Amino acid sequence: MADPAEQHSAAAQPNSLRHGPDERGHFGGRYGGRFVAETLMPLLLELNTAYDAAKADPAFQKELDFYLRDYVGRPSPLWFARRMTEELGGAKIYMKREELNHTGSHKLNNVMGQILLARRMGRTRIVAETGAGQHGVATATVCALFGMQCVIYMGATDVERQKPNVFRMRLLGAEVVPVTAGAGTLKDAMNEAMRDWVANIADTYFLVGTVAGPHPYPAMVRDFQSVIGEETKEQMQAQEGRLPDVIVAAIGGGSNAMGIFHPFLDDASVRLIGVEAAGHGLDSGKTAASIERGRPGVLHGNRTYLLQNADGQIDEAHSISAGLDYPGVGPEHSWLSDIGRAEYVGATDDEALKAFQLCTRTEGIIPALESAHAIAYAAKIAPTLPKETLLVVNISGRGDKDIFTVAEHLGVKL
Amino acid sequence: MSRIAARFKTLAAQGRGALIPYLEAFDPDLETSLALLKAMPAAGADLIEVGMPFSDPSADGPVIQLAARRGLKAGATLPGVLKMIAAFREQDQETPVILMGYLNPVEAYGHARFCTDAAKAGVDGLILVDLPPEEADILEQPAQDAGLDIIRLVAPTTSDERLRYVLSHASGFVYYVSITGITGTRTASAEALQEALPRLRAATDLPVAIGFGIRTPEQAATAAGIADGAVVASALLSTLADTLDAEGKATDQTLPRVLNQIKDLAAAVRAGEKKAG
Ligand SMILES: Cc1ncc(COP(=O)(O)O)c(C=O)c1O
Repeated sequence: MADPAEQHSAAAQPNSLRHGPDERGHFGGRYGGRFVAETLMPLLLELNTAYDAAKADPAFQKELDFYLRDYVGRPSPLWFARRMTEELGGAKIYMKREELNHTGSHKLNNVMGQILLARRMGRTRIVAETGAGQHGVATATVCALFGMQCVIYMGATDVERQKPNVFRMRLLGAEVVPVTAGAGTLKDAMNEAMRDWVANIADTYFLVGTVAGPHPYPAMVRDFQSVIGEETKEQMQAQEGRLPDVIVAAIGGGSNAMGIFHPFLDDASVRLIGVEAAGHGLDSGKTAASIERGRPGVLHGNRTYLLQNADGQIDEAHSISAGLDYPGVGPEHSWLSDIGRAEYVGATDDEALKAFQLCTRTEGIIPALESAHAIAYAAKIAPTLPKETLLVVNISGRGDKDIFTVAEHLGVKL
Repeated sequence: MSRIAARFKTLAAQGRGALIPYLEAFDPDLETSLALLKAMPAAGADLIEVGMPFSDPSADGPVIQLAARRGLKAGATLPGVLKMIAAFREQDQETPVILMGYLNPVEAYGHARFCTDAAKAGVDGLILVDLPPEEADILEQPAQDAGLDIIRLVAPTTSDERLRYVLSHASGFVYYVSITGITGTRTASAEALQEALPRLRAATDLPVAIGFGIRTPEQAATAAGIADGAVVASALLSTLADTLDAEGKATDQTLPRVLNQIKDLAAAVRAGEKKAG
């Protein structure tokens, strides 16, 4: 856990990049915001107030710390990937082991924070969207833990390609609702979760799984995920006595990336690289690279880079990884891209599949296909960097859920 | 005086509320939806809402979602929608037309250019579901310059304090979303509407229309009697959908059945008397 005093001093720096968003929820005056129907506006304002109060309440932080330690299993290790480093022959590769969290991904960091907030707000029913099913599993898990009703919206395509997670959620007592609109992926699940929320405002809390959606979600989810970067900073200090040089993370909505980036935003020497899913290739038309191939627009409550056509209709994203298959990205990433503080690059389906195998073979760690995109880019640049370069890859989740997809792509029948 | 203000004034003088039917542009194709639009005033539409199809209508229920999808499949674009309104305006200069949709296509078109072109095409007002007053600065000035009203939605969740804020950004009329939910699902009771109206009246002099969940002639008459207008959307779009053939194409039943339903709604609204509200 970062020292609250240190966090405070970072936020107090006049030129800090960690101030955002403003009170309208805008990052850099342009991205983010609250673009929702009037019915939801009062709820967002209430949520904002409740979150601000919780943030300022030491009892809330104490409760969250307890659950993060004893239930989630934090801190997660920072692992020196010796064999992968040797094989690639360049930068020293470290892995932030978010896959070791309970439920197998970084998603639980955010979910734990929001479920405690929902309880403070007296809500009894939780709705959430999910892509890969990792956020859905994390949400269903805390609902089981606290005995709350749980409804998970999941695109029908994703229900098909992430069967183990669907079964897991149902075992945990959640109702999983397949969404057939559109291509049946994360975007459609998000629409349906918003529709549910607007119809059930009295008892329902919408537990958003990434740094997207209307304000205050992008900032709140970022805050809950920032534990990743805070730990990384301390652990790197302890192991190498200095800051890392490069941090690489996969971008779906952008929560694992924002979580590891945010504590480093004011450390100008640290290169921050977000890896979007290029799908079949950035220019194939089958991609999920919203920053690299999208334009700013408004979807799901915020203004951000979106894959869209000339008429402003949202395009379907494509990625082998259900968790990255989203045509938007969190608004803070859009801003960080515009000001050049973070770089955004792509890794294709094939590159992710290769990286998935590389990581498994050299480190004995089966990464999520989402995380494999980050590994793919790290593996691409590591050989070009000096040996003393410290490169951290965020292993946002474990890949057990993906073995069927990977087997199919490798032509293996399970 | 704008067409919207003039129409509500005339109706108030007649002592009745407005029937405001909705159609989705290009649903199921341009010709059919334009023909429907042109025939609506004679069938009894006092104002008309035209939906601009969007790929991700997150505040709408299944019926409008499907209508939007049919419209997009038939090639709806914002320039196409504006052309359709311009064609309607060639024959009807009096019936107010309000475009309803989501922000992103407008943003892609360009806020100011859209307002100018929409006004030129004969549009009178805009309802952008996902543009609350907090974010509306991007559109308010261009809309005002073009002479377009921005119609504000208010909901049962809107507090009295917030109501004043929202309505300070409203023009044309106020659209009261009578239920907490998406379009085409629940229906508010007459009692709930009776209770809601004084709160709105206290906060605005603008006419108030009620929408979301109004399906039958009786419900329309009740809403138009309590407030100043009733919006009927999903019920008409379901009727339209029912008349389509297996490929989703219009049939000879499409126009007559939708128009007959509008006639029934209009008859009930016209027979109803305005109650104090
Ligand atoms: C393991 C894992 N990593 C990454 C992501 C992408 O989300 P985000 O970009 O918000 O971290 C997901 C989403 O489902 C995931 O399950």
